[in-house]
Amino acid sequence: MLYPLIDEQEMIKEVARKIAEERIVPKRAELDEKEEFPWDILKEMAQADLFGIFIPEEYGGLGFGAFENCLAVEQIAWGCAGVATTYAASGLGAYPILLFGNEEQKKKYLPPIARGEKLAAFGLTEPDAGSDAGAIKTTAVKDGDYYILNGTKQWITNAGEAEIYTIIALTDKKKGPRGASAFIVEKGDPGFSFGKREKKMGIRASATGELIFEDCRIPKDRLLGREGMGFIIALKTLDYARPGVGALAVGLAQAALDEAIKYAKQRKQFGQAIINFQAVAHMLADMATQIEAARALTYTVCKYIDTKPKDFSKYAAMVKLFASDMAMKVTTDAVQILGGCGYMKDFPVEKMMRDAKILQIYEGTNQIQRNVIARELSKEYK
Amino acid sequence: MKYIVCLKQVPETDKVKINPETGTLIREGVKSIINPYDLYALEAALKAKDAYGGKIVVISMGPPQTEEALREAIAYGADEAILLSDRAFAGADTLATSYTLAQAIKKIGDYNIIFCGKQAIDGDTAQVGPELAYRLGLPYATYVHKFEIKDGSLIVERDLDDGTQVLKLNLPALVTIVKEIGEPRVPSIRGKMKAKKAKIPIWTAGEIEADEEKIGLNGSPTRVVNVFSPPARGKKEIFTGKPDECVKQLCERLGEVISI
Repeated sequence: MLYPLIDEQEMIKEVARKIAEERIVPKRAELDEKEEFPWDILKEMAQADLFGIFIPEEYGGLGFGAFENCLAVEQIAWGCAGVATTYAASGLGAYPILLFGNEEQKKKYLPPIARGEKLAAFGLTEPDAGSDAGAIKTTAVKDGDYYILNGTKQWITNAGEAEIYTIIALTDKKKGPRGASAFIVEKGDPGFSFGKREKKMGIRASATGELIFEDCRIPKDRLLGREGMGFIIALKTLDYARPGVGALAVGLAQAALDEAIKYAKQRKQFGQAIINFQAVAHMLADMATQIEAARALTYTVCKYIDTKPKDFSKYAAMVKLFASDMAMKVTTDAVQILGGCGYMKDFPVEKMMRDAKILQIYEGTNQIQRNVIARELSKEYK
Repeated sequence: MKYIVCLKQVPETDKVKINPETGTLIREGVKSIINPYDLYALEAALKAKDAYGGKIVVISMGPPQTEEALREAIAYGADEAILLSDRAFAGADTLATSYTLAQAIKKIGDYNIIFCGKQAIDGDTAQVGPELAYRLGLPYATYVHKFEIKDGSLIVERDLDDGTQVLKLNLPALVTIVKEIGEPRVPSIRGKMKAKKAKIPIWTAGEIEADEEKIGLNGSPTRVVNVFSPPARGKKEIFTGKPDECVKQLCERLGEVISI
C-alpha cells in the first residue's frame, strides 16, 4: 500500500467514502442544478461523526489531526466539491476557536460543531479587501461589556446556514492590520443579518453570501485571544485550512480521473476503445501521476502539521497551490477525454471542471500562495 | 426499552452461482454480507432507540465468521451482540433456526420489541420471524414499514398487496421489516471504533439449554431435494407502435393462443 493507514484512519476513510458513494453521488447533479444546500447529507455526515475529527475529545470530537481530517475531506470531495467545501468551511470556522479560544469559549462552541449540530464559518473577506486582507473596514468598538460591530463581509462560505461565525474586525483603525481582532458572532445576535446569496459557476451546493453587521452588539467575552491578534489568528487559521483545500483538490481530481478512465475503456471509435489510443492513454497517465504527486504532498504536509511545528505557512501554501492547479488541469483534461459527452450535464465531469476553478481562488488565490512561499524563501536565504 | 435484532450473514447472492451437478451454492470467493432486510430491521431498531431510548442487542446464529456481521452491526449503532455458534446448530432449517433463536432470546429476557428482516436473500422463506413469534408466544406483524409506540402499545403499518394495514400490538411484540422503513444509516466512526474493541460472547447449545433433537439437522424436517437455475424463458414477442395498436395486436395474438 502506497500510504499505509492505521485502523482508525482506514475507518474514517471508509465512512467518508460510503457517505460519498451512497448519499452524495446520487444527489450531486440535482444539488448543483438547484443550488440546494445539502442539509440532509450534512446530517448524515454528522451522525457518522465526520464533523469532529480534528476536535479534541474533551470538546466532543474524535481527537485526531489534520491528516485524518484530510482523509475525510478527500473522500467527500470525491463525491462533490460543493458538499466538501461546506464541510471543510465548518472546520475553517472552528479552527480559530480551537487554536485561540479560552477554555469557556472552547467548551461552549466546539462540542456542537464537533457533533455537526451547528455549522461554523469564517469571515475575513470584504468588498474592498480580498487578497489585500489588511484593507478590511469592518469595525468593532468596545462599549462597556460589549463590542459593537459595523461593516460587511463578502463571499463567506456557509453564510446564513452556519450558527457560529469567526469575524475579523478592526478594534483600532489607526494601527491598520495590527489593530484587527477576531470575534465569535452567533446567528441571531442583534444587528447581524445576511445579505445577497451568490450565484456561482461551481460548488453550487455550498452557500456563499454576505454578512451584514449594523450596530451588532456582542458580549466582550466573544473576543478571541487579545485585541490586535486578529490577523495572526486569521493567518494561522488559513495555514491550517489550506491543506484541506489540497485534500479537496485531490479528491475532486481523483473523481474526474475515475470517470475519464471508465469512459475511455467503454467508448469505441475507429473500432476500438479510445484508451488504446496513445493520445488518450498518455493524458490519463499524466493525470494519474499529477494526482499522486499532489496527494503525496498533501499527506506529507498534513502529517507534518500533526507534529505541531511552529511555522508551516510555506508548506500549507505549497499544498494549496500545487493541488488546486493540478485539479484544474486534471478536470479540464477529463472533459477533453469525454469529448462531447464531457461537455454535457448528463456526465459529471463538466461540473467537476466548474467546481475545480474555485480551488485556485478561495482561501487565498494561487498568486497569493506564491507570495507566501516566496516570502518564506526570501527569509530562509537571507 | 430493550430491542432485539435477529440477523443473518448471507452470501452476496447476486454473485453466487449454482453448481448444476450437485445442486448446491458455490460459496467460494463470494463475500458474506449482512442480509439486506436485516439491515432494515437494524435501522428500525436504531430509529426506535433514537425516538424512545434504550438498548439494542443483536443476535445471529451461524459459524464463527458470523462475528464479522455482528461487529458491523455494532458499527451501525447496536449496543451489544451475541453469536449463537455450535457445530450442533449446523444444517438448521427455519424450524430449527427459530427454536435456537427463541432459546437465546429467552435467555436474554426482558425485551420489548424483536426486529427481524422480512426474509433472508439466500433462502427467501420469510418464515423465521413468524415462527419465532409463535415460539415466544408474542403478537407479531410482518412487512412493517412504519411503527410507533403509543400508550404502551406498538402501532405498525404493514404492506399488503392492495393497501396498508394498521395494527396495534401489545408489547412485547415481534415485527418483520421491509425496505420502506428507510435506508440504513452509514456506520459512524465511533461505532466502527467500538466494534473493533467489542467483546462478542459465543453461546453454544448448552448455554441456551437447547434440546438436541430440536436444533441443527436433527431438528430440521426440511430436506432440500435440488437447487437449480430456472431455464431461460422461451420465445418472446414484442409489439411496437402506439399503445392502442399494441393492445389490439396483443388481443389478437392472445386470441390465437387461446384458440389453440
